[in-house]
Amino acid sequence: MDPLLVVDDLHVEFRTDDGVVRAVNGLSYMVDRRETVAILGESGSGKSVSAQAIMGLIASPPGFITKGSVRFEGRELLTMAEDERRKVRGADIAMVFQDALSALNPVFSVGWQISEMFRKHRGASKKEAKKSAVELMELVEIPDATNRYRSFPHEFSGGMRQRVMIAMALALDPDVLIADEPTTALDVTVQAQVMQLLENVQAEFGMGLVLITHDLGVVAEQADRVVVMYAGRAMEKGTIDEIFDQPHHPYTEGLMNSIPRLDDLNERLNPIRGNPPDLLRIPSGCAFRPRCPYQQPDCAEVEPTLEFVGDSGRSTACHHWRDAFGE
Amino acid sequence: MATYIIRRLLQMIPVFIFATMLIFAMVFSLPGDPIRALAGERAQSESVRQALIEEYNLDDPLPVQYGKYAAGLLRGDFGANFRGRPVSDIIKQRLPITARLAAVAFVFEVFLGVLAGILAGVRQRGFFDSLVLVSTLTVISIPIFVLGFLAQVTFGLKLGWFPVAGIKQGWISYLLPGMVLGSVSLAYVARLTRSSLIDNLGADYVRTATAKGLTRGRVVGVHAMRNSLIPVVTYLGIDLGALLGGAIVTETVFNIPGLGGAVFDGVVRQEGTTVVGITTFIILVYMFTTLLVDILYAVLDPRIRYD
Ligand SMILES: Nc1ncnc2c1ncn2[C@@H]1O[C@H](COP(=O)(O)OP(=O)(O)OP(=O)(O)O)[C@@H](O)[C@H]1O
Ligand SMILES: [Mg+2]
Repeated sequence: MDPLLVVDDLHVEFRTDDGVVRAVNGLSYMVDRRETVAILGESGSGKSVSAQAIMGLIASPPGFITKGSVRFEGRELLTMAEDERRKVRGADIAMVFQDALSALNPVFSVGWQISEMFRKHRGASKKEAKKSAVELMELVEIPDATNRYRSFPHEFSGGMRQRVMIAMALALDPDVLIADEPTTALDVTVQAQVMQLLENVQAEFGMGLVLITHDLGVVAEQADRVVVMYAGRAMEKGTIDEIFDQPHHPYTEGLMNSIPRLDDLNERLNPIRGNPPDLLRIPSGCAFRPRCPYQQPDCAEVEPTLEFVGDSGRSTACHHWRDAFGE
Repeated sequence: MATYIIRRLLQMIPVFIFATMLIFAMVFSLPGDPIRALAGERAQSESVRQALIEEYNLDDPLPVQYGKYAAGLLRGDFGANFRGRPVSDIIKQRLPITARLAAVAFVFEVFLGVLAGILAGVRQRGFFDSLVLVSTLTVISIPIFVLGFLAQVTFGLKLGWFPVAGIKQGWISYLLPGMVLGSVSLAYVARLTRSSLIDNLGADYVRTATAKGLTRGRVVGVHAMRNSLIPVVTYLGIDLGALLGGAIVTETVFNIPGLGGAVFDGVVRQEGTTVVGITTFIILVYMFTTLLVDILYAVLDPRIRYD
């Protein structure tokens, strides 16, 4: 059987007046049913752009997918006719956006926005659609769903709005759910609740989940595998345990050191020095080199490709991972 | 909402008093002698003159004149012109004419304006977009009387499609002046719809709508348009108020006896009561359309709350 979702050597660039912004540069990963893959990276590393490319949401111009492939159950999405592609959205692959307040339409009630999925995709009558929408709102634990059906997005709290977004994404029982930093805008307790909800619905619906985040702590319990992104590339891939146990890429190590640890409050935080690269002028060779404590002269010349570490399927894109992290 | 409306209605009272007072003062401080003007070249007997001054309280100081006028207004009396004809009569006769002209202009600007705006906005920088931008800018920058004359000469005289002037031929007589009257607003409506649609097409919720697997038509036509129309409807509401107040230039060019023409005649003949009476009426129309627009605004945008 074909894997559920395969992203292969994806390249996305934006042709702006200032030059070509290379947002995604050869990203590859795959997700299967019941599996959670976390895409981890600093702001600007191309997480959202790669997700939008999978969904076919990149406005062109200025955005162009210049290379690569995205296959859903073996079907190539990037070359699919727009009408067919549209039917994949929502029904096969759904997406939850970062800022639910701006991602929901301000002038329609939340119930209307959820039920629209049933009316437009399933041809449901108004009444049926409303019933299904209320059920979904109950599923995502929105209290008093029947009455809240008629409320507008601005009348909800941030956490409730994100639940509305999740309900909308779940409406057609998609096989893949992409959640783009679904909890960044929320405070910590609400964050945990929303993550718990995502875990529950995944257990119930059995979809593959792509969890985009810049905070490894948020996904630590939930993710099966992690893809660490930097400058639009995957720097390291592995299971969550492997990554937590011992990073095999200087960037991953940097990220881990910058997380506050509850078990060692005395340890100082060590943010990664330097700034993320200017995507108009990505350095030659390894994109992380200017910030890397282990850099060697050859890092500027040859761009490292992902190579396997051991035989578990784990991989890292660093020329010197052996010297830096041992076997 | 109900309390808001009541509060707004109460707020109208001081605005109304101040506005009418201002107009009253301005009109009656115009130079010239209205009674003399009434007679034109003919001689005027002193007794007739005295009687007229008496009747129109022209001897009283201005505040007293205004007081008497305002008292009349409370009784629904808009005053009378120097020939004794009640101003409310003039309004009754002229308003339907102005309303017909306004209706033509309004329908014209709503349909063509919104349509042009949408077509331009969905393909920003396309051929049609450039066409709309250039043509609307042209219309906006040409004075309306020039547009009027051009339309008369081209469509009235040369092509003979429409009557050149007057209202003798019924509805068709209103088409050409209505389109001229609506053309500038049409240009604004088209531009406003366009820019508002472009703004909204870039909004996050439009991306969400696309991600929901909706057709492009529904994403643009329902999700983006419903938001884009909020400022357009507001503009149209205010414009409707302006249209109903009469159009002095267009009515004059096309020789249409509407409210605008009546005000114009009143100013020329120095008939203060006519000018003040009709202007007072126009102020009322304006105030109510503005209130209506504000209520409509809250209906269209659920984020707006008046309480
Ligand atoms: N329409 C666009 N035009 C030009 N550049 C763009 C456009 N959209 C995104 N980019 C650029 O692509 C890069 C990657 O953006 P992306 O939104 O994917 O980052 P991210 O990893 O999701 O970061 P964050 O954590 O802040 O959401 C950024 O540098 C951004 O400026
Ligand atoms: Mg992002």
